[in-house]
Amino acid sequence: MNEVRLRIDGKEVTVPKGTTLFAAAQKAGLEIPHLCHHPALPPSGICRLCLVEANGQLLTSCYHEAQDGMEVQTDTQRLRHLRRLTLELILSDHPQDCLTCERNGSCELQRYAYEYGLEKNRFVGPDHARRVFPVREDNPFIRYEPEKCILCGRCVRVCEEVQGRSVLSSVSRGFFTRISTGLEKPLTGTNCELCGQCVAVCPTGALTEKARRFQGREWELKKVDTVCPFCGCGCPITLHVRNNRIVRVSGGYQGFRLCVKGRFGLAFVHHPDRLKVPLIREGQKFREASWEEALDLVAARLLATKEKYGPDAIGGLASAKCTNEENYLFQKFMRAVIGTDNVDHCARLCHAPSVVGLGRAFGSGAMTNTIEEIRDADCILVTGSNTTEAHPVVAQEIKQAVRRGAVLIVVDPRRIELAEWAHFFLRPRPGTDVAWLNGFCHVLLQEGLWNKKFVEERCEGFEQFRQAVEQYTPERVEEITGIPRDLLVEAARAYGRAKNAMIFYAMGLTQHTHGTANVLAVANLALLSGQVGRPATGVNPLRGQNNVQGACDMGAIPEVLPGYQSLLDPRVRAKFQAAWGRPIPAAPGLTVVEMFEAARAGQLKAMVIMGENPMVSDPQIAHVAEALAGLEFLVVLDIFPNETTPYAHVILPAASFAEKDGTFTNTERKVQLLRSAFPPPGQAKPDWQIIGALAQRLGYPLTYEHPAKIMEEIASLVPTYGGISYARLEKGGIHWPCFSPDHPGTPYLHKDQFARGRGKFHPVEWEPPRETPDREYPFILTTGRNLWHYHSRSMTGRVEGLVELSPEAYLEIHPADALNLGIEEGKGVRVSSRRGTIIVRAKLTERVPRGTVFIPFHFGEAPANLLTGAFLDPEAKIPEYKVCAVRLTPLED
Amino acid sequence: MSDMNQVVDRIIARHPGEKNLIPALQEIQGELGYLPELALEAVAQRLKIPLSRVYGVATFYAQFRLTKPGEHLVQVCRGTACHVRGSQVIQEALAREFGGDGRVSLEEVRCVGCCSLAPVVVVDGRPFGRLDPQKAVSVVRGAL
Repeated sequence: MNEVRLRIDGKEVTVPKGTTLFAAAQKAGLEIPHLCHHPALPPSGICRLCLVEANGQLLTSCYHEAQDGMEVQTDTQRLRHLRRLTLELILSDHPQDCLTCERNGSCELQRYAYEYGLEKNRFVGPDHARRVFPVREDNPFIRYEPEKCILCGRCVRVCEEVQGRSVLSSVSRGFFTRISTGLEKPLTGTNCELCGQCVAVCPTGALTEKARRFQGREWELKKVDTVCPFCGCGCPITLHVRNNRIVRVSGGYQGFRLCVKGRFGLAFVHHPDRLKVPLIREGQKFREASWEEALDLVAARLLATKEKYGPDAIGGLASAKCTNEENYLFQKFMRAVIGTDNVDHCARLCHAPSVVGLGRAFGSGAMTNTIEEIRDADCILVTGSNTTEAHPVVAQEIKQAVRRGAVLIVVDPRRIELAEWAHFFLRPRPGTDVAWLNGFCHVLLQEGLWNKKFVEERCEGFEQFRQAVEQYTPERVEEITGIPRDLLVEAARAYGRAKNAMIFYAMGLTQHTHGTANVLAVANLALLSGQVGRPATGVNPLRGQNNVQGACDMGAIPEVLPGYQSLLDPRVRAKFQAAWGRPIPAAPGLTVVEMFEAARAGQLKAMVIMGENPMVSDPQIAHVAEALAGLEFLVVLDIFPNETTPYAHVILPAASFAEKDGTFTNTERKVQLLRSAFPPPGQAKPDWQIIGALAQRLGYPLTYEHPAKIMEEIASLVPTYGGISYARLEKGGIHWPCFSPDHPGTPYLHKDQFARGRGKFHPVEWEPPRETPDREYPFILTTGRNLWHYHSRSMTGRVEGLVELSPEAYLEIHPADALNLGIEEGKGVRVSSRRGTIIVRAKLTERVPRGTVFIPFHFGEAPANLLTGAFLDPEAKIPEYKVCAVRLTPLED
Repeated sequence: MSDMNQVVDRIIARHPGEKNLIPALQEIQGELGYLPELALEAVAQRLKIPLSRVYGVATFYAQFRLTKPGEHLVQVCRGTACHVRGSQVIQEALAREFGGDGRVSLEEVRCVGCCSLAPVVVVDGRPFGRLDPQKAVSVVRGAL
């Protein structure tokens, strides 16, 4: 029997076996007082407030399971007496300064004290005077008042169980027990990620956001549900707003889980640097202008360029930071108004190979499964993704899965944080991924660990693939990759034997000249094992930007129309021509890097850049600078001046995520609603209004009364968004494909058949990266992100606390390499490639293997991308950010 | 400091695994006289236990000390019999006199088992009974 029946306060309840009394009571509509219990955490039974009576016995309801036939009372005279006493004891050493406490009105202790009518404190002793704990604020974001702590242990448990960090513990004993870090270190001196999950679950004012202090009491704050603007996790967040300022942030994945950027990194919205007025360049300076003048000028210059050189002399960069509606309008503007397919955005620089590779193998380039399914996987393979830093919430889920017994395989040249959790940690040489992936397949085929039925029934192209991987014996793979053969075999077996296995990858696989081959090799492995088309399986490219999935979906890429509908298909073209009333240019346009090359060659004359900063984020920056400087006209729409805006002729001030309505599509294809919390600063406007006004001046009606109307148009043209509307999104996010208003959305793809019909194997061969180390440039440089910053830092670089945590660029180098070269910790190093030189401080760490160094690409002052090369993957046209050859010289001083 | 690392390594080798945290701490304290911060960090690293938990355990048990002991251990009994005969003022007097003196470690203990001599102070293992604050100070001074 899997269900139990019991009576709680006279109400009959039936619950699954193993349900706690607390949860059973909740099901019966009864709320039991509690302070230490939290639904997302394992029960601890510390606070004794949730006691209930069952057949005369007292039981902690958070801990005890419901038994068949139980008679439970939750609110008796005896229980009220006990709870009162417990509360009195807790309150006896809790400062009663509710007048100025930030949690006044939302404090759980205050609530029960009121409910139980506790006016006076009966328990006062000499030790109370000795129990004086100082307030701690020695980190950028979190204020800790130990005296307000009631020792419920939620923070300790959330740090251990959810975040997997175990920074906090209960220390000392008896009356002097406190929650502390090891050796009382400041949080910044521990492995704390400042995610603030501890703040989110604290029932009292013991842990609060520093920034909220005296900025508004709970009932004075307006709550706006929206979506985090940083990474592709797309966590739902709630902005707490007063006087048009964000006071604090709550919500998150599963209601409370966020990372440091989402919880504490939104202050950039209010930064004085925000662009507030249109600017027009005069000589080397910019002067303020009216919207009328600025838009007239942009329209006139674009028109003149088009008339003089033709529409293909104009290129546009859309933005993975902007909404779906804005990206849709942007590409519509480029295609229907300007008349060119030269529209692209930074997805080119991150997951173009996924779009191409997975498109060819499966028929869809997106994540096949969802983040929530990670908990049900029994094997997880993470490769080329520094998940903990780049997709923090996904990493939390992976670690929780490992705690529950899932096997974790991490394949990465760097010893990333997840490697600490891995059962198998494989460290290939950079740029050798096809080899080990083929090696995995080789082992599975050799040992009969592949899914013959799945391959026969649902796939094609198997024979050629089988022949191609035949030569990738563990011995040969070891030669190419440096992965010990036994380790490769063991890890491959673990993947092969799993019931449900998920693969996660990111830029470590894609940002190579053979990025598409890498993606195809990953797809082969999943097909061979039959790990596609079921929950908790699949191939999951973690998308970088909050809306990079959406920007691609909206057709802000040169090769397809919205919804990945083919530019070359006459029926598709006819559909869009009918809807837009203009001919659709049929030739695929230029990609990001090609646009800059065309500009350098004098073919591209004008550009429209919306919310991108290629002067930091694109490869071989010297070429980008040359290209931008050579343009006859450049207009930039952005929220801040950045490294790119000095090249503009006109700068238009845009609204930030907090100041507009729209939708974002996160990495797991979930379309979610973004809601405006306050008006933009000065005269700034949402990009969709700016594009609309611009189009109007060019004689094309592109104005809408609200983004909801734009979504209606998208739904009418893009089948996978067919059932998406603002009215539905109000109730929660929807995973595309969602074909009709009554379609529930699709959490995992390729269920009964692949989007392209059959899953297709592609034989792929390993090829070395374009640039390999030599005598002159003996080190491999790889680039990436860190936890504290986002991309070119135009947002996070304007959040004081994040800058404090990560102030400048650095070079990760192995201590043995550093010793050989005379490079010391914290000292300057000159890093040169064939394309440029930058100076950064050295950070000696065994995170990187010998012979490889790492630089985060965030920092405009020391742009790693001055060094990288614009060598492109022939199909996806992504540049090779992950491998270039460099030389290191210690600075004299 | 390499001495300390060697001590920690040797002891951890005998007590591998998280469940041996307490015996390991006991032995380290036995050899070093206390648990220096660096030793706790080394233990956390070697046993793969979060430092916060090692610190929690080390501060929970009365037997562990995190500061370097003085050359002389002075234990003031705060058991019931000593308490009623004024051990608190003795403790306060000793703290005033020797609190900042690195040579003396002042400890509070519960009943040392010679209540007939209350109030009692144990200096370097030797009990002194029927004290008052003045006598207690001079007994400790005599031991230095």
